[in-house]
This record gives sequence, structure tokens and C-alpha cells, in this order.
Amino acid sequence: MSESPTAPLTTADGVPLKTSLRRAVRRSKLKAFLLVSPLLLFLVIAFVMPIFDMLWRSVDNPEVSSTLPRTVSALEGWDRESLPGEPAFAALVEDLRDGQAARNLGLLSSRLNYEKSGMRSAISRTGRRARNLEPPYREALIELNETWGELDTWKLIQREASPYTLSYYLAAVDRQLTPDGEIVKVPEHLEIHATLFWRTFWMSGVITLMTLLLGYPIAFLLANLPLRYSNLLMILVLLPFWTSLLVRTTTWIAILQSQGVLNDMMVAIGVIADEARWQMIHNKLGTIIAMTHILLPFMILPLYSVMKTIPPSYMRAARSLGGRPFLSFRRVYFPLTIPGIAAGGILVFILSIGYYITPALVGGQSGRFITNYIAYHMQTSLNWGLAAAIASILLFVVIVFYMVFNRLIGVDKVKLG
Amino acid sequence: MIKTRTFKGSTIVVAGLSTLALAVSAHAETLNIVSWGGAYTESQQKAYHAPWAAQNGDEIINIDRSGNALAGLRAQSQAGNVTWDLVDMLPADAMIACAEGLIEPLDHDALLAAAPDGTPPSEDFVDGALGECFVASIVYSNVVAFNTEMFPEDKQPSSIADVFDLENFPGKRTLLRKPINNLEWALVADGVAPEDVYDVLETEEGVERAFAKLDTIKDEVIWWEEGAQPPQLLADKEVAFGSAYNGRIFNAMVNENQPFEIIWDAQVFELDGWVVPTGKLDKVKDYLRFATDTQRLADQAQYISYGPARKSSSDLVSTHAETGIDMMPHMPTFPPNFATAIPKDDEFWADYGDELTQRFDAWLAQ
Repeated sequence: MSESPTAPLTTADGVPLKTSLRRAVRRSKLKAFLLVSPLLLFLVIAFVMPIFDMLWRSVDNPEVSSTLPRTVSALEGWDRESLPGEPAFAALVEDLRDGQAARNLGLLSSRLNYEKSGMRSAISRTGRRARNLEPPYREALIELNETWGELDTWKLIQREASPYTLSYYLAAVDRQLTPDGEIVKVPEHLEIHATLFWRTFWMSGVITLMTLLLGYPIAFLLANLPLRYSNLLMILVLLPFWTSLLVRTTTWIAILQSQGVLNDMMVAIGVIADEARWQMIHNKLGTIIAMTHILLPFMILPLYSVMKTIPPSYMRAARSLGGRPFLSFRRVYFPLTIPGIAAGGILVFILSIGYYITPALVGGQSGRFITNYIAYHMQTSLNWGLAAAIASILLFVVIVFYMVFNRLIGVDKVKLG
Repeated sequence: MIKTRTFKGSTIVVAGLSTLALAVSAHAETLNIVSWGGAYTESQQKAYHAPWAAQNGDEIINIDRSGNALAGLRAQSQAGNVTWDLVDMLPADAMIACAEGLIEPLDHDALLAAAPDGTPPSEDFVDGALGECFVASIVYSNVVAFNTEMFPEDKQPSSIADVFDLENFPGKRTLLRKPINNLEWALVADGVAPEDVYDVLETEEGVERAFAKLDTIKDEVIWWEEGAQPPQLLADKEVAFGSAYNGRIFNAMVNENQPFEIIWDAQVFELDGWVVPTGKLDKVKDYLRFATDTQRLADQAQYISYGPARKSSSDLVSTHAETGIDMMPHMPTFPPNFATAIPKDDEFWADYGDELTQRFDAWLAQ
């Protein structure tokens, strides 16, 4: 050791130790990053990008501005008091001719028909005949379809010319814009989404409560029974958890339907008359029963993982200090399990507001969730903007719940066994 | 040395090319055909797919996605990867898909086979069967059927008004969980003439009148969503009446000997047929010509009670392939069945479908 103690430490090949260390750390960081990069890439492509795409779709409104550009610019400076003049009608005819030739009037007519029934046929009929129309276009168009003589039609076109719209979000909460741009409630006979949102939330709350009531004692047994019994019990909890969701749902149909196992048994032992079988499925009750069963493991496992860490000596200490069983449970054991209850509760609640297959199969008319409506707008009505808006509201609600939970309990407390 | 090599190389190329040419001339292609599934796809399989495959060696893959065909076409077209070659859909959806440019416009007289007597397709197909991008293959019908064992023999229902008459014809009903057909029937049962139904439905009072009529039976209705449900519910006697596609009821009556009967009064009939996704016309045009010719459409009627969309096929409709019964009285287009038929107004539903569906759902949720 000839070097002075003040000289910087170096490695065998003379590189300062600090640099060498930094290099080694950087290399291992890069390695770690490369190892997670497939997952990261997968998450970005399969999860983050679709979410942004969905958020984008819920406000995206390109139809009018891209298909009717001339009409939109002809409507600039229009007084909105009387029908626009001949130039606007002429521009519309020209736009529709181009649209018909390029065959892209379909999206436009669907978009405007969401706001005003009758626009679909007005546009497709006019589009088909636009080529043969002769000036003056104002008279020709109004004669062809009286929709073009309505002030509201033109106000609608002008309003929807903006490349972004809030109307999907408004529709998702049963509101609409009047032709003059005020936000009003939709007529009572068209109200549907607000009811479904509300139903989704309260039924998910009930399901969460039910899983807690049923799951708490089971988790307690799992944590406190001798190992050979608790293992068996654990398998009984996990087996259904591993079974296909569809199998569990359809099994409930077989059990609960009016010609099903439970009703048959009740009739056989004489509890109910054959004509008065219970209606336990295709309603709210069916959804609650089936989903409580399906989501039960998500409550039991976090509870169990918390209860497992509570030393049995605490309860013995409470008892030896004179607490009666219920008091010791309430004052000592129960408070210690609150992180588990919260973790299980938030997990079950969030999963259940996003559930869709089970309510669709056993919910009938009254037990449907808002998620079934998202599917409907995705697949049947093809109003993807509205589907995206409803889904975005659900996403927002979940994020709010998550943040509240994180503030109160801390997300690191969530454990699944 | 070098020359030999080139020679060898080119022989291989030539050999390769000739194999390719053989493969092309043999048409060994795979056609992805989208349809409705169940008894309907089976009738297509027997009447068109199997003979075509035997003739050409093509492989035909049936995809049961017609229920959501429009959404599927849109998604495939947006993703830039259209995998469907031919799609069976309703004319209303075809109109929308055509306006969006998702499917090919068709030149019917050039593409399709003429009738055996030389009548061009544009005159041989029934009214409304040839759309800009659409060629119909069948006429089918939405009807209400009942289980004859649920009513005394001397008091069987016979008109659509009986479906709304709980006093004389008690029991549950099962109806499609959509406003379509139900609103039409409610108005006819309330006294509107079949030909005026859509004029009345275009007014607010008309819609209210239809919903008010539906209100009278709402408590007794089980709503169905899958075409297989109503025959099942009727067979189980869970319901007395059920609205259904006439082919499904026929299937249950004839193949399963169920005691059902169809109320042909105020049947809502419409067409169903083929569309070609954009870019697929060259691949499927030979098949399309074959599958829509006079003989093939008549053949299909041996397997299911949907009327052929060609006039020239009607005379060839004979007996049911399995039971040998006469098919004609089971066809929606049979004159006694057709007297009070309502042609489904696609344009009306294209315009008011969104709003009425929302109103119907809100009404159900009340």
C-alpha cells in the first residue's frame, strides 16, 4: 500500500472507483429496464393507449367539420334568427355531392341523427339526389326534404361544426343541448343513464356489504383454525375462485330459476305452492346473489392476509384484562382488521361496478348495470362516442374511489393472501 | 458450368410457377362467411356452401356474427384488416354500411345470374331486394306464435289483437326486447290499419298510443334477446304467446313436433341477404353468383321456411327435405298469410331507431 490515503480510490485497471461504480449501477439499471420493457410495452399498447383512445373518442367530433366544410364556412356570421341564405344551401348541396361520391355521409348522418331524429334519412335521401338538383338550391332542398326548412337543423349543423363536443357526456348523464346551446334535462321518457349509474353504485355497495358479512367469519376461521383444517377451508374458498366465471354464473341460473333446483326443493317440501314459485333470478336479487358469490374470494383473501398478522395473544390479553368476548373483539380485534376490510371493500366495489357478463345473464330487466349499456352502445347502437363517455365517467369514479382509499388506508395494504 | 446453373435455376422457377398456376386454377381458397348461426346457417350450408365446396374445392368457414355485423365491419375497417369475405345482414344495416363505404356497391345485372328464362336479376328479385350494396336471398317474417295447449280448443287466438287481450287469452307473453315490431303490433291491436302504422308512429301521439297499448300487457311480458329463446319458452309453457322469427317456429313445429301455431295477422316481414366488405368483391363474386341463382334460393326453402327473394325461385319451392311436408303454406309470402302483412320500414327505423330504442329502454326501466 504505497498510495497516500487522500488519492481517489481506483479499481485494478485504474478507473476511479466512483466512476466504475456509477457505470456498474447504470448497467444494471439498463438491464433491469430491458427486462421489464416487454411488460411496459405491453401495458402501453394494450392498456394506456386504449384508455387515451377512449377518452379521445368521448369528445371527438370530426363528422360535420370534415364532411360539410363549405356549409360550415358559409354559416359563419349567420344571424340564427331566420333560415340562412342561398349560399349556405348551395354549399350544402356541393358538400353532399362530394360526400356521396366519396361515400362518407354515413357517419355524418348517424352523428346528426343522435341529436335530431330524422337527420339520417334527410341526409341520405338528399345525398342520393344531390347530383340532379338545380338552383335555386334553397327551394329545391326544402321541397326535397322539409328538414332543411327548419331553423333547428341549421343551428345543429353550426353547433356541431366544432371538432370537439360535450354532447356525449351530456347524453351519458341524461342531459342534452337545446338548439340554442343551453343544457337541459332530456324528456322524462328518455331518461335512462342516470338511473343505471345510480343502480350500479348502490347495488355494488350492497354486494360489497354482503361479501363482507359472509367473508369476515370465513377469513377469521382461515386465520385461526389449526393448519390442517384451514388448508381444507382455503381450498374450498379457492376452488370456485379458479372456476370459470361463466360456469359459476350459469350454475346460479340452474339453481335459482323458477323451474330450478331451489324452487323445486321448496315445492317438494311444501314451503311454497307450485303456482307461487319465487322469482329469484332475472331481477336485482339474482344479480346480487350471483355477484356476491363470485366476488367473495376478493373479500376473503385480503381480510385473511390482515388477520393472519394479528397475534392471538392480543385477544388473550384483552380477555385477561377483563374484557368480555364481544367487547374484546370490538375494541381490539376489529380495529386491527380495518385495513383488510377496506382493501377487500375497495377491491370488490371496483370490480363489481365494472362487471358486465353476470348482470347481463342473471340481471333480467331490473338487475342490469351501466356496463351492459356500454356494451349495447359498442355493439348494437354503434354510438361509440356515447359508450366512450359512459366508460370515461366510470373510469373517473374508480380513480376517485382509489384516491380516497389511498388517502385513508394506503394502497400498499392491499394483499391477496 | 455457369450456364447449367442458370438453366437449373430457371427450371425450378418454372416448376414453381406452374404449381402456383395449378393452385390458382383449382381455386383452393378459404371464404370467411358471416351469418346468423343456428338453423339458418345450416340451411345455407346445405343449400349453397356444401355444393359450392364440392364443385370448387373452396373451404367455407361459417362465422356466427351477423347479430353484430355492422360493428364488426366498422372495427375491421378501422383496424385496416378486413377478414370477412361475405356477410349476411339486414337491409337497414346494409344501408348504413353502404353509406359509410364499408361494403361494395353492386352492379346486380352484371354480377348475378339471370333467371332460367333469361329475366335479368333486376326484374327477377322481389321489390326492395336489391339495394345499392345489397342483394337479398330470403324474405323472413316476425310473427307471434302460441302454444295451442295453453288455450281451450274452441277458443284459440287468431289475431294480433288477441295477444294484447289478457282477459280472453291470459298467460305470459315473450316479446323481443326492442321497440321494433312491438310498436307496430301495439298500434294494429289498437285499431290502426297495417298500412298506416308508420305514418301514425311518426307522430308523438302515435308513439304514446303504442306505448300505452304495450303498458296494458307490460306486467305479463318476458323480454327475449336471442332468437332461440321464444321457441324454448313456448315449449316449456313458461309463456302462452311468443314473438319470433317464423323459421324458428317452423323448425320447432315440424322438426320437434311442438304444438305451436303462428298468428300470421300483422306479420312484419323483411328481407335478409348478402353484402360484400370493401375490397373483397373479386374474391367472392363467383360464389355470390352461385349462391343467389334461382335454383340455390329454391333449395334453401327445403330446409327453412323463409321465402326466396327471387320470383323465379317461388315455383321451384317444393317440400321439406326431412319430413316431406309442403313448404308453401309455411312461407310468409303464401297469399293467405300475407293479407295483413306489414313491410318493415327500414327508413323509418333508420331515422327513429336511436330515439325509440332509448325511449323503450327508459319505459322498461320504469
